[in-house]
Amino acid sequence: MSHITLSRVSKRYPGGHEALGGVSLDIGSGEMVFITGHSGAGKSTLLKLIAAIERPTAGSVLVNGQNVGTLRARGIPYLRRNFGLVFQDHKLLFDRSVFDNVMLPLEITGFDRREGARRARAALDKVGLLHKEKARPITLSGGEQQRLCIARAIVHRPSILLADEPTGNLDAGYAAEIGELFRDFHQVGVTVVLATHDMQLAARLQPRLIEIRGGRIHHD
Amino acid sequence: MISWLSAHRRACAGTLARLVRAPLASLFNIAVIGTALALPLGFYVVLANLQGLARDYSPQPQLSVFLAPDATAADARATGDRLKGRSGVTASRFVSRAEALETLKSRTGLADIIAGLPGNPLPDAWVVTAAGADAATLDALRADIRQWPKVAEVHVDSDWARRLDSLLALGRHAVLMLATALAFALVAVTFNTIRLQILTQRDEIEVAKLIGATDGWIRRPFLYFGAVTGAAGGAAAWLMIWGALAIFNGRLQPLSALYGIPLQLNHLNGGDSVAALLFAAVLGWFGAWLSVRRHLGAHDPL
Repeated sequence: MSHITLSRVSKRYPGGHEALGGVSLDIGSGEMVFITGHSGAGKSTLLKLIAAIERPTAGSVLVNGQNVGTLRARGIPYLRRNFGLVFQDHKLLFDRSVFDNVMLPLEITGFDRREGARRARAALDKVGLLHKEKARPITLSGGEQQRLCIARAIVHRPSILLADEPTGNLDAGYAAEIGELFRDFHQVGVTVVLATHDMQLAARLQPRLIEIRGGRIHHD
Repeated sequence: MISWLSAHRRACAGTLARLVRAPLASLFNIAVIGTALALPLGFYVVLANLQGLARDYSPQPQLSVFLAPDATAADARATGDRLKGRSGVTASRFVSRAEALETLKSRTGLADIIAGLPGNPLPDAWVVTAAGADAATLDALRADIRQWPKVAEVHVDSDWARRLDSLLALGRHAVLMLATALAFALVAVTFNTIRLQILTQRDEIEVAKLIGATDGWIRRPFLYFGAVTGAAGGAAAWLMIWGALAIFNGRLQPLSALYGIPLQLNHLNGGDSVAALLFAAVLGWFGAWLSVRRHLGAHDPL
């Protein structure tokens, strides 16, 4: 069963810039997909459309059979809980500890606190940050911040992991660690969709590669 | 259900934590709200006390029942008996026409003129002390006695009661207007506080939305904050009035001793206190709700 389906999806921003023009795409459950292309090619827009951060101007985006484009506003939070989102700029909350950052998705879904704490520690352990659970995110290195972002993305065990340039600002060593994490999630059945232009990472993980050029699929 | 409850409990705990985290700002906020509420509430307390005082220490209101000129001594006695039996009458005293004329002569210095009159123009009269002091009771009593046989006129000395009533009504209106104006102030204060909070927590709100927080989840702590600040402001107002009354009652002591009556201002009773706190909480919640409606929609990432 197909997990994510895009049919002739276009996205035109106010002002006339067309980020995507008629993209059709099927991503199966448990697949690992890298979306590549130059900056401004439309990679980020594609991820935003899947996560209902943007709505398509034309065409339809289906996630688990649900049409994201026509979803009512109050349905969006529940759709987003299917995703783990990893951002290039991390979007961590600097006024709370590493542990509390990871707890946030569980608090949002009303998870039992004790069980939640167990899961948060497991997620931190997975990304190798358990010893820093009490630290403030600002004291972490760039690579650690990215791993914290990943821990927060996976703590509620989403079925789809969406990552926008997760290795964008990292040197090769850190990027390799992050790559291994994504490989692990893929191996336990999580659908992993990465927007990246890190071809080294692609060479190592051997994912399905989709290249976008000028808002269209150039190569699949 | 349990997760819903625990979400509320957590939001509530988070609110208290937020209040404690910025103690000075919270304190000033609560003080502003408290002062705004203390004014109308204090007025209300004074008014309630005045009303009580007027009820307890007013001179007994009197009615003068003038009999018809042709009323005989028997008629006067009959009227007197009937007055004794009438409920709402605490005492009655007969003033004969001769007695009234004597009083008029001795008190007014009109003796010469009165001596020149062919006869006594004054009627017999009963002076009645009524049990109730309020205008409505006196009017009802007057209308009743006016119907009795051989009663020519009933004069009510109820002007002072009317005046007091209308003064108190005026006071109540003033309190209502003041309360309305300051309720706006309270709503505005919470509106602004919440607006600032939303601005400082912009990142947190954005991230929470991105990872699947519902609008309700995001709004809840702000609404709690508004209600808690409002209620705390109400409690502050209650304490301010309590302090003011304690000082005032201390000053009243010598006065009270001089007049030999226990003069004392009482605080709001339990029911009124709870109502005031709830009212303040509702206003705070409302201000927060307006602010959240206005400012949270504004940066939806969609």
